[in-house]
Amino acid sequence: MESLYLLIPLSIVLVFVIGVIFWWATRSGQFDDLEGPGHRILLDDDDQPSTRK
Amino acid sequence: MSDSCFHCGLPVPADADYPVRYREHTHRACCAGCQAVAHSIIESGLGDYYQHRQQQAGKVQALPEEWLERLKLYDQSDVQASFVRQENSEDSNADIREAALILEGITCAACIWLNEQHLKRLDGVLSVEINYSSHRARVRWDNRRLVLSDILQAISAIGYRAHPYDSERQEQLAQKNRKSAINRLWVAGLSMMQVMMYAVPVYIAQDGEIAFEYLWLLHWASFALTLPVVVYSAWPFYQGTWRDLKAKRVGMDTPVSIAVLVTFIASSYALLSRTEHGIYFDSVSMFVFLLLGGRYLEGMARRRAGAATESLVKLVPAFAHRLPEWPQPHSQETTVASLRIDDVVLVKAGETIPVDGIIVQGHSRLNEALLTGESQAIARQEGEAVIAGTLNLDSPLCIRTTHTGQNTRLAAIVRLLDHALAEKPRLAVLADRFAAWFISVLLVVAVLTFVWWWQRDAEQALWITVAVLVVSCPCALSLATPAALAAATGTLAQRGILIARGHTLETLPQITDVVFDKTGTLTYGTPQVLSQYLFSPDNDAIHRLVAGLEAQSEHPLAKALLQHVGAVEAATFLEVTNRVGSGLEGYSAEGDCLRLGTLSYISELCGPMPNTAWDAPAHATVVALGSQLQGWLAVYALGDEVRDDAAPMLQQLQQQGLQLHLLSGDRQSAVAALAEQLGISTWHAEATPERKLDYVAQLQQQQKRVLMVGDGVNDAPVLAKADVSLAMGNGTDVARASADMILPGEQLTALPAALHLARQTRQIVRQNLWWAVGYNLLALPLAVSGYLTPWLASLGMACSSLLVVGNALRLLQRKPR
Repeated sequence: MESLYLLIPLSIVLVFVIGVIFWWATRSGQFDDLEGPGHRILLDDDDQPSTRK
Repeated sequence: MSDSCFHCGLPVPADADYPVRYREHTHRACCAGCQAVAHSIIESGLGDYYQHRQQQAGKVQALPEEWLERLKLYDQSDVQASFVRQENSEDSNADIREAALILEGITCAACIWLNEQHLKRLDGVLSVEINYSSHRARVRWDNRRLVLSDILQAISAIGYRAHPYDSERQEQLAQKNRKSAINRLWVAGLSMMQVMMYAVPVYIAQDGEIAFEYLWLLHWASFALTLPVVVYSAWPFYQGTWRDLKAKRVGMDTPVSIAVLVTFIASSYALLSRTEHGIYFDSVSMFVFLLLGGRYLEGMARRRAGAATESLVKLVPAFAHRLPEWPQPHSQETTVASLRIDDVVLVKAGETIPVDGIIVQGHSRLNEALLTGESQAIARQEGEAVIAGTLNLDSPLCIRTTHTGQNTRLAAIVRLLDHALAEKPRLAVLADRFAAWFISVLLVVAVLTFVWWWQRDAEQALWITVAVLVVSCPCALSLATPAALAAATGTLAQRGILIARGHTLETLPQITDVVFDKTGTLTYGTPQVLSQYLFSPDNDAIHRLVAGLEAQSEHPLAKALLQHVGAVEAATFLEVTNRVGSGLEGYSAEGDCLRLGTLSYISELCGPMPNTAWDAPAHATVVALGSQLQGWLAVYALGDEVRDDAAPMLQQLQQQGLQLHLLSGDRQSAVAALAEQLGISTWHAEATPERKLDYVAQLQQQQKRVLMVGDGVNDAPVLAKADVSLAMGNGTDVARASADMILPGEQLTALPAALHLARQTRQIVRQNLWWAVGYNLLALPLAVSGYLTPWLASLGMACSSLLVVGNALRLLQRKPR
């Protein structure tokens, strides 16, 4: 049962890490357009020449 | 292959011949514009678009030369200042710029793909990002290899239009709010899940099953994770409470703040004083998460409505032709913002007058409908004043500027609007009134409980009082309204009505009177051909002549005629001259002289009009086509026509027991005729914006609740003043900005449906509120008497919240097919 002294603080740290990841995701615009990328993956043709790298 | 246009899906005229070759099949297009666009899409290897698109593209109209000319103005640095960002890089030769654009004509995801691919292939474009939800694009390009107007032109070549927009102003604020809302929701959600995991073992364990030190470890962990929720996620509720307190009223946020803070502080105290039955951290985080979730959904629906008004953000530097050396005719393109008082500007036929001023040369007829609602043109000549925003119909005018920008009459109307918006009557929102009542009862019960237990069992008193506060936690109460509103807003958006302001759905069911504007609201607002009479059986030949003569004209009647004759091959004319107020004259290739214009103008050429059985409808403008060799060829009656769905809509509203009014700036006779035709008994003509405002204010003084439907600049103050207002999607920006609802598809029949749904919504909100009360009546006595265990309190709270949300979801209806 002593392992709880390690595991519970660990779970708290984990939650904070996940929180920071989500914070980063919102900040970098991952949630800006929730519809477009879903369609885009169906349309993009890899064999099309593109000027974009 | 089929009879609808390959590109835009509109019916193809029988004699149109615009083949489009696509994947071994030949398809037909309806006009040269659509054909050109289809070709340029297919030739650049982007034909996949036609396979993937889910909706037909809009019909393409060939762009006037002048428009392309104006695009060039966007290349100037001072015009670009507000929407283009210049990148600093080490390479001093590079001139990399990034612009924010807003795209018009996007209907599906394939459009996004098409635009992105098309732009990426331009030499010099570095990157393109288009947001499907907001139709906004960010384009980065190298200014040494191509300029912005090339990009804008490339977009219009495939049938879309791009406008620059000022990304700094509104967008950034909205984006920041949205991001912080998402962050708060995440924090609350994560914390809720984890705190529940710590709480469940405590709930299900028998007494003494978990060793004392581990139990407190779990509680401390819960505390650590609840702290961010209380401090960060619940912040908007505290702000709302503070606002309410300052305004000396009680809103929905007040009980929420009290519940969150009291529960958290009491639980923390219990933690420090090691009182086991006083810990409710899980309730706090779940409560905040559910509330934030409801708010987020509501906000999302509202943002979608906001997208319809987003074109307001569009930064269109209006253009003007300045005459720097007047009376020398040499003109120079500039932006309206740079015009100064006493500058002389040239306004061509068909253009909008950019400033208030005095005519110094020329005479013409002007359409002031935008400002006054009067649909008939007014003649103006040298020395007379003109107002910014009016449309010049006939011939070029030179105008000396007297007022610019904020000093124009147009700006004055906008100020009137701001004023009206500020004093709009706000109905006390149902839930807020409820909250005030609820919170006072709750506090009284809590205090009584404490006092009663204090005298009997002082040690228990505090914890029983906390249990009372937790169990009566206004979760269901605070979710009742937002959940129902979010669901109803979503359903209405599918039906073609966008809700722009929050109070709309609650006010709609209380409406007693509906006031309509005439031009552009009940009618189409643009002239249409009402009827025609042809003196010769050769329909096509006549239509070709009309198309040829009117091809160059910007007159609204010309546009109506062109639309009427459809896509026919225009006859060629050697020389077309315009006689102001009369019509057009041209010489055909065969040397025949043809005229298109007023009846008297044709009579001059062909003698009196032959007798016919044809009668022009009342209030229509009649134009005729005549030829020197063939005599009278055709007469057309043009006028503003009543929308097809206006009559059924009015009938439905009357059946719902609403009083209808018609309020127009147009002439007495025109308004009377329309009122009679549609069966509206109360009407007023020649109403100025101020009079319209008074009229609505008067109705409101008689304790009536007014819904205003309009579209023009002159309606804007009234739209703001009315209890609820609806603006047409094609209405002016000012009108749409001041309205509570917007009708993007202009289907008037959506209005009675919206009223019906609003009533349903009110009913569901009431059911939800009653449920919340019922639940509390059941749970409170248990809590007061000290029988309620913490986990039972939490469970009851969760169930009642889910029930309320489920009830609200009944408002989500599938689109009827």
